[in-house]
Amino acid sequence: MSDLTEKRIIFKHIDEAGYSNDIACYQKHGGYEILKKAVTMNPPDIRDEVKKSGLRGRGGAGFSCGLKWSFVDRKSGKPIYLIVNADESEPGTFKDRYIIHQDPHQLIEGTMISCFANDVKQAYIYIRGEFPEGARILETAIQEARDAGFVGKNICGTDYSCEIYVHRGAGAYICGEETGLIESLEGKRANPRIKPPYFPAVLGLYQCPTIVNNVETLCHVKHIMDMGADEYLKIGTPNNTGTRIFCVSGHVKKPGYYEFACGQVTMGQLLNHVCGGPREGRTFKAVIPGGSSAKILRFGEKFTIKNKDGTSKEWAVEDIPLDFDSLAAAGTMGGSGGVIVMDDSVNMVDALANINAFYAHESCGQCTPCREGSLWMKKISTRMVHGEARPEDGELIKNVADQIAGRTICAFGEACSWPTQSFVAKFGDEFKTYAEAKKAKPADSLELV
Amino acid sequence: MNLKPETLTRIDEVITHYPETEKRSGTLPLLHLIQEDVGHISNEAIEWIAEKLELQPINVYEVVTFYPMFRRQPIGRRHIKVCRTLSCALAGGYKTCSKFEQEFNTHRGEISPDGEVTVEFVECLASCGTAPVVLIDETLHENVTEAKAKEISDQIKAEAANRG
Repeated sequence: MSDLTEKRIIFKHIDEAGYSNDIACYQKHGGYEILKKAVTMNPPDIRDEVKKSGLRGRGGAGFSCGLKWSFVDRKSGKPIYLIVNADESEPGTFKDRYIIHQDPHQLIEGTMISCFANDVKQAYIYIRGEFPEGARILETAIQEARDAGFVGKNICGTDYSCEIYVHRGAGAYICGEETGLIESLEGKRANPRIKPPYFPAVLGLYQCPTIVNNVETLCHVKHIMDMGADEYLKIGTPNNTGTRIFCVSGHVKKPGYYEFACGQVTMGQLLNHVCGGPREGRTFKAVIPGGSSAKILRFGEKFTIKNKDGTSKEWAVEDIPLDFDSLAAAGTMGGSGGVIVMDDSVNMVDALANINAFYAHESCGQCTPCREGSLWMKKISTRMVHGEARPEDGELIKNVADQIAGRTICAFGEACSWPTQSFVAKFGDEFKTYAEAKKAKPADSLELV
Repeated sequence: MNLKPETLTRIDEVITHYPETEKRSGTLPLLHLIQEDVGHISNEAIEWIAEKLELQPINVYEVVTFYPMFRRQPIGRRHIKVCRTLSCALAGGYKTCSKFEQEFNTHRGEISPDGEVTVEFVECLASCGTAPVVLIDETLHENVTEAKAKEISDQIKAEAANRG
């Protein structure tokens, strides 16, 4: 069995006794030394280092951070903005909360290094409205950093200046989508923008070039500049470098956050060993591996995976190494790292009805297929649970989902369709026989919608 | 608009966070500050913000109706937001919510008869590892089982009784 010891880089000080979120503690642990070093470098060299590190975004899409930065229009003459995406809104994801609450200066240092690397003079941290305490902690931390010369005018005594402000959202999931986030920061409804032409790197905030990076991604930048891209590349597997924080929730003995090198552990190791396995007397039934929009995996299903040399191998859910590419090969995604586990006490129609209620609530309403479709998926699945369930409902609801994905301005269309498509494909029988299952249900069974 | 002097100071400060020509960005921050001060967003508040940021009232109104956290009506003294989304529901979040409703003799989305609380179901609060979670005003409560919901309710009731 591979090494199941956590490799904590980003979460090194999370829950550490005696570690506090003030600047004195951060500096005592070597804080802001990397920023001091970075501001003496050439910005393009920092960008090259990040590109070389292979860092992939930790917010959900897993897009190359270095590539994202390389798209920035540096010749427009307009200011370049950097926005920290601290919206953390994908259900099942709760890693950024702990960085913000317990180690905010790590984020600020990573942000300032990234700003310097990209010639950014103004950054915003867009934090979800449901983190009022997190917003206050960040504001205090930014003020401490400002007083110490790490944010604001003449950073580390150089002629480089860059300001950071915290901007609070107000409860809308769609603000996690980068162009929706930009609209929201501009003081509007968070209706995502169509691409092209509105690629943030060219036409972002105030129609200026803009970088939007997740909290954890920016923290990684600090560590890449600390250890160097060559060392960072040694963590994880090729094309899946660095560590990932897995946020495990649902039906395991020990839910929580665990940081491992990408691909270091398999799904089976994470759930059975690290998280202590299923609850007493229960068995695992299904797992959503990367936030609620990721396609569900059914325990017992097999995946045929092609090797590079043309041969193939078979994986069970337990065998899937937890990295971006392996999860993609199994037909789902690593997404935001939110692992939601369900055991045999859960009826999948109930679980889907819960998820569909979420997406119907959160659709911004801009594109007809999503606005109408997400609501119909909710209506049908809720009717199955609270009203009458028909054997053909599974197919009906999947039919709705099939007409949303790929037909919307932003990826919410996919995010709201994938749960329905995958639940019905993998648990079709439960949809067909839900009416009987409902009759047999004990009165005190788990209510999910 | 009758706002506290400190709210007005914070409003003037927050507007400086955005470029001169992009005052509209102040919409969400101003709505938050006014809601924290007054409790909800009235028509008067919408018009006041519009004038302050050189916008039309509709520009502010459409924002208020889009974001779940802004409310047009007053709420109870304490705001109990129970997470409804999957991880919390798997841990019994629906029971937690019902417990609060029962304790305060109220229904989701309504002010309790004693005016003490508004209980509400909200979507994911991003603390799924300690489900079920409840945000009361600005404080997060973790692992809120029915028993813990009862404890919290008792505490709120005791505070109300002490206030007289």
